[in-house]
This record gives sequence, C-alpha cells and structure tokens, in this order.
Amino acid sequence: MAESDDLRDDSSFPLGAVSKGFRGRIVEVGRLADADATDPDAFSEELERRLLEIGFVEGAVVEILHEGFWGRDPIAIRVDDMSVALRRREANAVWVRADASSSVSR
Amino acid sequence: MSSWPSDAFRFALVGNPNCGKTALFNTLTGKRQKVANYPGVTVESKRGRLTTPSGRKMVAVDLPGTYSLRGRSPDEAVTRRAITGEMADEPMPDLIVCVVDATNLRLSLRLALELKATGVPVMIALNMIDIAKARGITIDVEGLARELDLDVIPTIAVEKSGTEALVTAIDHVAQSAHPRSTPHWHEQSAEEVRAAHQFVNELVNRHVQTPVHSDRWTRRIDNVLLHPVWGILVLLLVLFFIFQAVFSWSQPAMDAIKYGFDSLGDTVKTTLPEGMLSSLLADGIIAGVGSVIVFLPQILVLFFFIILLEDFGYMARAAFLMDRIIGGVGLHGRSFIPLLSSFACAIPGIMATRVIDNRRQRLATIMVAPLMTCSARIPVYTLIIGAFVPETNIFGIINLQGLVMFGLYAVGIVSAFLVAWVFRVFVWNGKSEPFIMELPSYKRPSLQSVAMNVLQRAFVFLRRAGTTILSMMVLIWFLASVPGAPEGATDPAINYSFAGMIGHFLQPVLAPIGFNWQIAVALIPGMAAREVAVGALATVYALGSDEGALSTVISAHWSLATALSLLAWYVFAPQCASTLSVVKRETNSWTWPVAMFVYLIGLAYAAAFLVHGVTEAFAS
Repeated sequence: MAESDDLRDDSSFPLGAVSKGFRGRIVEVGRLADADATDPDAFSEELERRLLEIGFVEGAVVEILHEGFWGRDPIAIRVDDMSVALRRREANAVWVRADASSSVSR
Repeated sequence: MSSWPSDAFRFALVGNPNCGKTALFNTLTGKRQKVANYPGVTVESKRGRLTTPSGRKMVAVDLPGTYSLRGRSPDEAVTRRAITGEMADEPMPDLIVCVVDATNLRLSLRLALELKATGVPVMIALNMIDIAKARGITIDVEGLARELDLDVIPTIAVEKSGTEALVTAIDHVAQSAHPRSTPHWHEQSAEEVRAAHQFVNELVNRHVQTPVHSDRWTRRIDNVLLHPVWGILVLLLVLFFIFQAVFSWSQPAMDAIKYGFDSLGDTVKTTLPEGMLSSLLADGIIAGVGSVIVFLPQILVLFFFIILLEDFGYMARAAFLMDRIIGGVGLHGRSFIPLLSSFACAIPGIMATRVIDNRRQRLATIMVAPLMTCSARIPVYTLIIGAFVPETNIFGIINLQGLVMFGLYAVGIVSAFLVAWVFRVFVWNGKSEPFIMELPSYKRPSLQSVAMNVLQRAFVFLRRAGTTILSMMVLIWFLASVPGAPEGATDPAINYSFAGMIGHFLQPVLAPIGFNWQIAVALIPGMAAREVAVGALATVYALGSDEGALSTVISAHWSLATALSLLAWYVFAPQCASTLSVVKRETNSWTWPVAMFVYLIGLAYAAAFLVHGVTEAFAS
C-alpha cells in the first residue's frame, strides 16, 4: 500500500461527495469529512472497521456504479471485485482520489 | 436428531453472506434438517445430518453469514460463540468449513484467516468454482492451500456431485481427529483488519487471475435494475406481479382448504352427538385452525417469490432502491420486502425479517408489520364499507367505497412509518444504523434449494398452527362456548359464555368508542384471525352465516360513528393471536409480543375514539 503513504493531499475527497461514473482509489478509511465532524452518529471506530471488513481498504479501486433516485442516495460502489451499497453519510468516511490509470480505461 | 450419536463428528459452515453457504448446507444434508432458535437471540440455528460414503454419521451446522467474527449484538455474535463453544446447546464444532465465494475471494479469505486464528481446525470450500471458471477467473488451488496452510476443496454447492470431494475431505479429517485445543479469539483492531487485507491481497495477486471485466452480466443487469427510473419501474412491476400471484394463484387452493375444513367440521357435527366434544372439534379446533391454515397458499406463493428473488440477488437491489424512503424513519432497505409481504399476511412478513441482519432494524420492522393491511382485514372492511358507505362517485370518477378502502390502507402505511420513527427516536435514542450492504452478483437460482427453503418456511408455519395457534384456538373456543346457554334461553349461546361475559364486561370500556355489546363479544373470537369477527358478529346477531343479512342488520343497528370507529379499530387492533405467537417465536422473548399488543391496542382505542367523536360531532 505504497500509495497510502502520501495521503491527505488536496486531491483526495470523501467518497460520499462524488458522482456516478467516478473511478478512483481509496487513500484513507476512517477520517471524517469536516461537515460531519459534529454529527456523533457519522463516525466511529465501529464504522471504520465495518467499512474495512466489507472491503473498503486503502488501495482498493472504487467506482460509483449507481445512485439512488431520491437525493442520489444511497450509492452503489464497485470495490475491487464486488459491489456494495452505502449511504453517502457512511461513504464520507472513505477518502478517495481520482485514479489516472483507471480513468483512461473508462 | 435423537437417532444420531451425541458424540458424532460436527462441522460448522461459516462464510460471508451470499457465498452459497445455505445451498451447500442443503445439498450436503438434504431433508434431514432441524431449524431452531438459539436461546436469547433472534437468529435461528440450522442443523442437519449426513452419512459419508464410508458410513460415518456427521452433524452439519449452518451458522449465520458474516464478514467477521466480531459481532456487536448478541445476534451477530452467534457465529463466533458457536465456534468457540460459548453457545448453550451447541457443542463446539470439530471442524470449521469456511465457505469461500470463488468469484469474490478477498473478503472470504480474510474471514478464513480469522477463523484459522481461533485454533479450531479449518477447511476451505472454494464454492461456485463453476461460475468463477465461466467468468474466466483462474485460481491456483494448490498454491492457495499451500500458503494458507489449509485444505482447499473446490465445490459447486448446487450440484450433488459438486460436493463429493468436500464430503470425502471432511471424512478424512474426522478419521484422524485428534484432541482439540481450546479456541481463542480476540477482537481485531482496524489495523489488524488492514494487515489481513494486505496479506490476502498479495495472496490473491499471486494465485488468482481475474479478467478486467469478470462479471459483465451483473453490470448489465444492474444498469437497468438499479437505474433511478427504470429500476423503480421494474420494482413496481415485480411487486405488481407478486401481488397478482399471491392473491389470484392462491385463491383456488384457499377455497379448497376452506371447503375442506368446512366439510370436515360439518362431518364431525353430523356424526358426533351434539354436545361439547362435537363443538370443540368442529367450532374450536377445525374452524379455528382452518381460519389460519387458509393463508398457507398465500404464504407459500409469497415465500416462493421472496426466496427466488433473494437467491437471484434481486432483493438487495430492491433494498437499495427503497432505502432512501424507508431508511429515513430508521428502517433498513431490506425492511421493504417483509413489510410488503405483510399486506398478504403479517406472519410471512415477520418471518421474512430474517434477511435484516441488524437487530434493531429487524425488531422495528417486526413491530410495524401488523400495521400493513393484511388480507384477513379485507372481509371486515368489506362488510362495514358495504353497509355504511354509499356507492356514490366523487367527481364522477372516484368510487367512494373504493376511496375509503384505499384510505384504510394508506392510514396503515403512514402509521407504520410514524411508529418506526417513534421507535427510533424514543426507544433507541435516535441512533440510526449504517446501511452497508453487499450487492451480490446475480446467480441462477437453484429450484431445488428454493423449493426446500419454501417448504421449510411452510413447515415452520404449520408447526406454529399445530402448536401455539391450536392452543390459542382451543382457548378462544372455550371462552366462546362455555358455559352453554341455560334451558329456554332466547339469545345466542355465545351471550352466556365467558366471551359473552368478557364482552359485556368490556362494553363500558368500549362504549366511548361506540361499540355495542354485540361488537364487544364478537371481538373475542375475532382474536383467532381478523376475518373470524365477521362470522362471530353473525353468530351474536343470531343470523347464521348469511353475510348479506348481516350487512342489513348492522346498517340498521349501528350508527355511522360506530361503523367508522370499528374500521379505525381494525386498522390497528392486534386482533390476531397467530401474529403475536409468531412474534414470540421470531424474537424469542415475551417482551416484544407484549409490547406489540399494548401499543396496538392503545393506538386502536385512540383512533376509534377520535373517529367516533369526530363523526358524532359532524353527524349530529
């Protein structure tokens, strides 16, 4: 996971903020988006571990496949070999960066 | 299971949800299964027996699907506690068969590592190897086995021949079974989970080749089924079709069952001398159990579709599409299907909540399921609407009777949402659970496995009808028939019975909501099933079973306020002993059925009181 060493630069953003068609890589799991920092439900180590356990791990390739009809929420995400549905609020704990190499193949 | 030696070799199937674990369990054990609830949790345990080709008798345990052994609630901890032998009535397994989805290795292998770390012997069943091959995934099985230091056996769960190698391997382990060490487990930190992922990633990179687009079909199907517009249209079509099927396909069978129970009751009445025994058999047991069994065809059809769509992979999509709407009140996207099923009957609805892995959301779904207008309410609604609501059209197109019926359905749905919301805010202090759900790739369902699961559900339902429901029916019959009418009595016999006494006793309490003593008495046998109240009313008014006459009588005897009040009562009232007994079984505690009864009675009384008062104010 060499990529995850130089995290937290300006080009990463929470997965909950991206739109359908986005492709990228996870750079960090468990950091809270500033907007949710005051929301006690939004983040916990519990959520971090649950996200990790279902495959949201640093370095994984993600792609937003679908968005819900109402408020474009929840979102369906391709994570490596599987698809997972998440609400955007939970997705905000996953930080991603657009991936140049995977964008080319789109 | 009594015929199996208690020291028989036991193996537990453990794996991610959607890994084909239950299909494998069904193929391995066939019909020799036993389903029971673990004490203290809402999760069921499935045990099955099998005999290996060498003649060894074994017990297989199907444990709940999970992504990790860490469980936050007692329900989620079942898998871990069963493995480590902490579960009462569940001896520690001699072997864990970790069922691994060959098309989605990473998560499964991480679980396999966690299992291996417990010290219990582990073997890997590399399941759905056929699908992986078809998708062009190549797996170096020996390489994986070597690096994991575990036996890895490719399996195809849906085919008997696809499990032979696994049975042989398990038999081999059983042969050389040696004294086991005490299992140990510690909760993994986030960093440990990351490290395990990294190890598995490297392993997969070395031994598995996956084409870039390995699962084109799932992507293509999802482009339609998860589409914001088309997806919802398809969902509505699917629901429409299921409802059509539930109500029309099952009708002939329901008629046949009703006819069967009716004629059985008549036969008993004509053959046995008139008296208590004949009445107990005919009016109590046969009629009572018949009024519940009559829903079996609907339940079977409903479960057939639910299980078929679940195995195909569609249920997770339906949950995705509906999550935003029902998630707002604290339910789970997966609550949608159980609630929908409850429009046919709350019993299969409550049984279908097993797909919700979160305990709180599952309980909230169970608690609001009876608010969905089940088909047993339809005869009651039809009777009252037919007698009191004029058959006029509003604006020339909307039928007033139809509108009232629609309104009753709508009130049920809206109240379910409100109750779920109140539940979330006051019972669970506003905590909302995260929605994290795998969208499994689509799979061709195995009809054999679907049929087996449907039959299992039917069996559970019948066992309920045969035990708890039967005793309820006998009790209700007893109340409605004992003591009998005195000599020369002019009123129907039920008036002199305990039900009559209870009805008369309750009448002052029910007077503020406009119920006369006839209604109060009819509500007691109506506890058997809602539609029984119609027949009971006819009995109280001494009319026999002519429902046309009943309509005339009640329209002459009741005020409009009373009629509407009874409608409001039936939207909420827990007039169904079977539902309460199923809640008892599914939640494995008396707390929830009692809480359900109390809150529904409260709502029913309040709604009826309000409707009665408002109608009287306007009508006068």
